[in-house]
Amino acid sequence: MTTAPASTATTVLEMRDLSVSFPTETGTVSAVDGAALDLAAGEIVGMVGESGCGKSVTGMSIAGLLPGSARVTGSVRLNGTELVGARESALRRVRGREIAYIFQEPMTSLNPVLTVGRQIGEVLQVHERMSRRAAHARAVELLTLVGIPSATHRVGAYPHQLSGGMRQRVMIAMAVACGPKVLVADEPTTALDVTVQAGILQVLRDLRDRLGTSILIITHDLGVIADIADRVVVMYAGRVVERAPVTDLFARPYHHYTAGLLSASPKPGRHASTARLAEIPGLVPVLSTQPDACTFADRCPAADARCRESAPPLEVAGDGTDHLAACWHPCPPQPREANR
Amino acid sequence: MARYLLTRAWQSALTLLLSTIVVFVGVRALPGDPALALAGEDRSPEALEAIRRHYGLDQPLPVQFAQYVERVAQGDFGVSIRTGTPVSSMLTTALPVTVELSVLAIAIASLLGVGAGVLAAVRRGRPAEWFANALALIGLSVPHFWLGLLAILYLSVATGLFPASGFVPLLEDPVDNLHHIVLPAVILGTGLAAIIMRQTRSAMLDSLSSDYVRTAKAKGLRPRAVVTRHALRNSLIVVVTVVGLQLGGLISGAVVTEQIFGLPGFGKMTIDAVFQRDYPVIQAVVLLTATAYIVINFFVDLLYSVIDPRIRVTGNPA
Amino acid sequence: MTVLTVPMAETAVSVTRRTRVLRRLRRNPLAVVSFVVLALAAAVALLSPWLAPYSVDQTDFARTFAPPGTAGHLLGTDDLGRDVLSRIMLGARASLQVGLLAVATSLVVGVPLGLAAGYFRAWDAVISRFTDLLLAFPFLIMAVGLAAIRGASLGNAAVAIGIAQIPGVIRVVRSDTLRLKSLDFVAAAVVDGASDLWVLARHILPNATSVILVQATVAIPAAILGEAVLSFLGLGIQPPAPSLGTMLATAQQFAARAPWAAVLPGVVIMGLALAFNVFGDALRDALDPKGDRR
Repeated sequence: MTTAPASTATTVLEMRDLSVSFPTETGTVSAVDGAALDLAAGEIVGMVGESGCGKSVTGMSIAGLLPGSARVTGSVRLNGTELVGARESALRRVRGREIAYIFQEPMTSLNPVLTVGRQIGEVLQVHERMSRRAAHARAVELLTLVGIPSATHRVGAYPHQLSGGMRQRVMIAMAVACGPKVLVADEPTTALDVTVQAGILQVLRDLRDRLGTSILIITHDLGVIADIADRVVVMYAGRVVERAPVTDLFARPYHHYTAGLLSASPKPGRHASTARLAEIPGLVPVLSTQPDACTFADRCPAADARCRESAPPLEVAGDGTDHLAACWHPCPPQPREANR
Repeated sequence: MARYLLTRAWQSALTLLLSTIVVFVGVRALPGDPALALAGEDRSPEALEAIRRHYGLDQPLPVQFAQYVERVAQGDFGVSIRTGTPVSSMLTTALPVTVELSVLAIAIASLLGVGAGVLAAVRRGRPAEWFANALALIGLSVPHFWLGLLAILYLSVATGLFPASGFVPLLEDPVDNLHHIVLPAVILGTGLAAIIMRQTRSAMLDSLSSDYVRTAKAKGLRPRAVVTRHALRNSLIVVVTVVGLQLGGLISGAVVTEQIFGLPGFGKMTIDAVFQRDYPVIQAVVLLTATAYIVINFFVDLLYSVIDPRIRVTGNPA
Repeated sequence: MTVLTVPMAETAVSVTRRTRVLRRLRRNPLAVVSFVVLALAAAVALLSPWLAPYSVDQTDFARTFAPPGTAGHLLGTDDLGRDVLSRIMLGARASLQVGLLAVATSLVVGVPLGLAAGYFRAWDAVISRFTDLLLAFPFLIMAVGLAAIRGASLGNAAVAIGIAQIPGVIRVVRSDTLRLKSLDFVAAAVVDGASDLWVLARHILPNATSVILVQATVAIPAAILGEAVLSFLGLGIQPPAPSLGTMLATAQQFAARAPWAAVLPGVVIMGLALAFNVFGDALRDALDPKGDRR
């Protein structure tokens, strides 16, 4: 189920038909099935879905960061260079320099026994062949760039001496040290206070504006998506079920899962007493093989026999060419109002 | 940092005081008249009376304890019943042997144990891991005095590669000294190596699956840098603690090893003393071991805080 | 990614968990082999007074140092012409006795102290000092002291080893208590007004049994090795009672005449210790909820 990219001219990262599965004690688990995605230069794409839907695995597989047991097929191209199945040494040159990562837990993602300056400098020493001193000096600049006050002092701090928000800024500084083309941010704000969240998102936006970095932001939080993303990819049980510019998606979801997600998150103006937040009944299934059926059928209000017999392709929905959905029975317009 | 050091120093001092009390009470629990035990060969009533006065045995217990601590602090552990020589001078000849043996054994064990542990963790699920695991289990289960026995029987006696027993002081002839001590040190190190290997392996497996190692990989570091700079450094915190805790086992092992290889160290002195009911010597040995253990573990804690920056600030091992 | 993690109730030692652990053990060939070895060893030890072909004290000065394979003496005879097979059987029995006695000693003292140290903040510091104090006396030094005061015997050797093993028990029980105490079901019980003793006995101890069990399986082989060392040095089981350690001491004495005598008792000690250690490893892996450590 491959679909043509939305825009080809400035595409930095091109993912096609990516599938990932893991062998486990009790058999194979299929985590991602035929995911497709494009990232244009300077674009911020959000990827949403419940936990366990394959977002993180998709993100990790971009630079080959999954454990050796993972079976990855399909294609991920960075400026035309194939990364799936690339040699480890080639991937190492890409990681940290062309594709950088930010992870959810800034506390555990930073090495507790090395100073933050050392950890930032390390990237520069490896990829830019900087001396330790030069890397240290650059680390101070980077910390300033991500908005850490008195960076000359903080550069010698250990992770445990910093607050959660500070640590995540350190992670970002580390990620952008070599001016990567693509930044994969996996739940960058989930572990942080709401007030700190806004600051981190602002830093990411600044970086995109200043350095032209493309950002793939993985989150389960639609608020984050609405705040920062240009386009959205919705994943469910390892498949991309809907893809659209952010305003289109929020205005008019086509897939029932997307609609469910939207009505499960609070919206300004809606009060708890007047309208209950709807929950999507059931759980994301754990699949050993991907069936030829809509995997959301069991939880979907509109599912019928057809949904259980063949998998809907990801196709252009509505009038725009940019909005795609994989659904046999797309939602009627304005489903959120219908909830009232 | 300063607070952490102060707390540890205070705790160590307290443990030291408690262990001194235990030894003091233990000596009083010995069967028979302590004066008799201390008297040695000369057991005339006058001599016993003199000893009672000298050691303050006619004083109340707290006073006796204070006097005891004072004597011990001055290095006066009394006189060996058996040889009549001061225990302190026996210790000065015996201790260097044991210290050399132990230091060498720790060095060998750390090298082998950390190396094999890292290898097993990195080569997870491959034959190298299986082999290292099996070796560690055997190292953990083999009575090392028996290994020593076999080594003497089938290595020293049969091939003459190593001397079966005896010792030459390090300063007298370093090469000959090493020749005598290397086999006992290897044998003594096997058990410790096995323990260090298993701890290193499990700590490394934890580190290797940690988020910060994922970050290190995402930075594009080489596997070697990921393993040494990121995973191993964190694992060493665990390993250092283990070595500190295993010190007691090492001292026990050294006693047996010395006995088998006929090394004139602390261990041989201890065993001889038990059979000769040489109480002043036993007492000195027990007190000294406890002191050594406490002092060395205090320094291990210092080392700990050098490796782990978290302790320097919070005062608690994470 | 958290796939296939089954949430596990810890409010009671659940039956499903026990069957899962047993299933994992049965699937691990090392666990099965070591368990069979241990069961056999236990059977031989229990029945050795009847199984042994000779009385352990029966000397035969006409046939001293008979090599293994001699008619009537499968494993040969020792310096006094006593049957080596019989002595090994009873020696192994003594080894197991000391192992169990030592571990029982360490558990009886260590478990309550570990629970108290983990549960009551105020006790923690005091018990820590006690642990430090015990650690300062290595088991051999402890045995030396005990032998000096009370004389050398199997019981004193076992007690010395057991005392030396107390700190290990306290450590694992304490840390598991701390872990359990922070879990919601314990907090819920406390909120419900359950007394401390009730919480400890009903909620914490049952859930800590798995770590106690693992600790015991690794402490027994250590105690067996300890007994061998002490008996070898003459600080443990006293001749003429059979012990694998004293057999090795005799072998060392007569190494020139009967070098083979040094091999077998050592192999038996190692085999026993190895079986316990392998089984302990398998048990720990089977109990590990993560279950990915093989």
